[in-house]
Amino acid sequence: MHMERNELLKQINDIFIDVLDNPEISLTENTNADDIEEWDSLTHIQLVVEIEKYFSMRFTAMEIQSWATVGEMINCIAAKTV
Amino acid sequence: MKTFNELRKNLKKDYSGLKSLRVAVLGDTSTQFLVQALRGAGFDHMLDLKIWEADFDQIENQVYDPSSDLYNYNPEVIIIFHSTHKLLGRFNKLSSQDYKLFAQTQLAAVSAMHEQLTSTLSAKIIYYNYNEINDAVFGSYSAKTESSFIFQLRKLNYELMLFSLNTPNFYLCDLSTIQNQSGKADFFQPSIYINSEMALSLAVLPQVANRTLDIIDALNGKSKKCLILDLDNTVWGGIIGDDGIENIQIGYLGIGKAFTELQQWVKKLKNRGIIICVCSKNTESIAKEPFLNHPDMVLKLEDISVFVANWDNKVDNISGMQSVLNIGFDSMVFLDDNPFERNMVRENIPGITVPELPEDPAEYLDYLYSLNLFETISFSKEDEERTKSYQVEAERNLLKKSFDKEEGFLESLEMVSLVEAFNKFNTPRVVQLSQRSNQFNLRTIRYTEPDIEQIINSTDHTSFTFTLEDKFGSNGLIAVVILKAEDEGILFIDSWFMSCRVLKRTMEKFILNVITAAAKEKGFKFLKGEYMPTAKNAIVKDHYSILGFRKDKEFWYLNIDEFQMQETFIKVKEGSSYL
Repeated sequence: MHMERNELLKQINDIFIDVLDNPEISLTENTNADDIEEWDSLTHIQLVVEIEKYFSMRFTAMEIQSWATVGEMINCIAAKTV
Repeated sequence: MKTFNELRKNLKKDYSGLKSLRVAVLGDTSTQFLVQALRGAGFDHMLDLKIWEADFDQIENQVYDPSSDLYNYNPEVIIIFHSTHKLLGRFNKLSSQDYKLFAQTQLAAVSAMHEQLTSTLSAKIIYYNYNEINDAVFGSYSAKTESSFIFQLRKLNYELMLFSLNTPNFYLCDLSTIQNQSGKADFFQPSIYINSEMALSLAVLPQVANRTLDIIDALNGKSKKCLILDLDNTVWGGIIGDDGIENIQIGYLGIGKAFTELQQWVKKLKNRGIIICVCSKNTESIAKEPFLNHPDMVLKLEDISVFVANWDNKVDNISGMQSVLNIGFDSMVFLDDNPFERNMVRENIPGITVPELPEDPAEYLDYLYSLNLFETISFSKEDEERTKSYQVEAERNLLKKSFDKEEGFLESLEMVSLVEAFNKFNTPRVVQLSQRSNQFNLRTIRYTEPDIEQIINSTDHTSFTFTLEDKFGSNGLIAVVILKAEDEGILFIDSWFMSCRVLKRTMEKFILNVITAAAKEKGFKFLKGEYMPTAKNAIVKDHYSILGFRKDKEFWYLNIDEFQMQETFIKVKEGSSYL
């Protein structure tokens, strides 16, 4: 289980780097929007759509609003990949 | 097509050197991503769109306040995006007796907005029409129910077309078709709409941006004029040289249907003025046989302006066509089922469009529809007659070969030109020629119908249009000159553009004789000309020098009193009126 979360984190990290066009990004489960300059409400939408595309899943409107940290994002993805 | 993410990466590229254009974007939903997509797609269209974006849902406030940022920005193009979601929201608030009037009320609002905008701005307006939402209140019966939302929405889209038909400088971008092609699920993402007020999904944004850019390109005089077709497995199934005329696949059975439908599409393009050419690796007589003798061929030889079938490479053949047709490679589209030929042409002919046709011919047509290759902003009678005029040009070229000297040939053509000022009959063609002439165009000013009306009503301006007719037929209206009076007896050549079809016919000299005579009659002492270089008009770099103008700083001058009539083989046609 722990390994899987790390794997998800790595994949999400790659998406963040691509979408936000910043190779320096290194996410942890505690990272939130305040930690990354390019991560704002607008790019958040783009991140959501790219993550949906990558994992072939859809998030609900409520889920998109609810995430405060990358860890919560991973909870949501993990729940859908079971 | 690039994804939104890829378009967004364009934003960091170097836009210097690209043509810049001031664009205003106004929407009643969140438009930030649309703006990014437009600017990003602009880069691929070689445009540096300087976009001013109205704040969220401020369309009416901006339009009806004459001191608003919109008017201060003075945009050249205004994009207005009223979303269907907000439209539905307005409909939902009506009391039921007003449902039936909804489309008319909305159209009146668009019309009033247009009037307000054009009273002070000369910008072109691009209005997004409405993608369909059926609120399922009546089911399919909504089509029989005038008070249903979908009935009113479709009526509004239809009324917008009628409005646009009669309103110059108002263009519709067909969002409804984009949704039909991409599907509602790709067009609109409810979770994103709830979170960000965006009515367009990220997946569809590149489509919307590119369709908008297609209109902007056409407004800038960039459009496709010519379609070049391979034959075997492109226009018919099978290989004519191997299979023979009885065995090629075409008609209404099996895969033949796909080729027949493609041909029907090509025929419609021909009817709307696209030049159709054939470029095939074949023996000419064999390649022509189906056109002459196959009962199911939709395309006939008379639909084809230039027919090239030989065993030379296609790059050389297409270059040859380009010199006959005198149009830019960037206005040509080449269709070929063979990836090798496509790559060869794409890599060696800069600017030509080579669609990556699907492997299955059944999919050719829908794929080609999705590319929207033939955007335009005008359609006139000349368009319908274009194929004939290029065929006549080929006949002229044959006659030319029988004369040793150019003069003898020109004299034998018995050329006449009808010279007239602008009027309401020739205005559409003048506008079109101004949009399309890229090479023989001294200052490359593009005119719209309202611009031409202004010139007709101006006392400072004198306008000339020229046709060219010869014993083979008429080329139609092929040249335009606009003169503007300046101080001290100087008449400035504000515009001079001409179709390249009539190069080397002494038309330039004829035009100079006419305008100099008119200038003299009006008491002017000097003609003043200017050459404004673009990427495409090098052909007229020495135009004024050849005609005997003298250069002073950046302008060229011709002393009217010292002017000697130039030798030309063109006579003024009876019925001309220009003095």
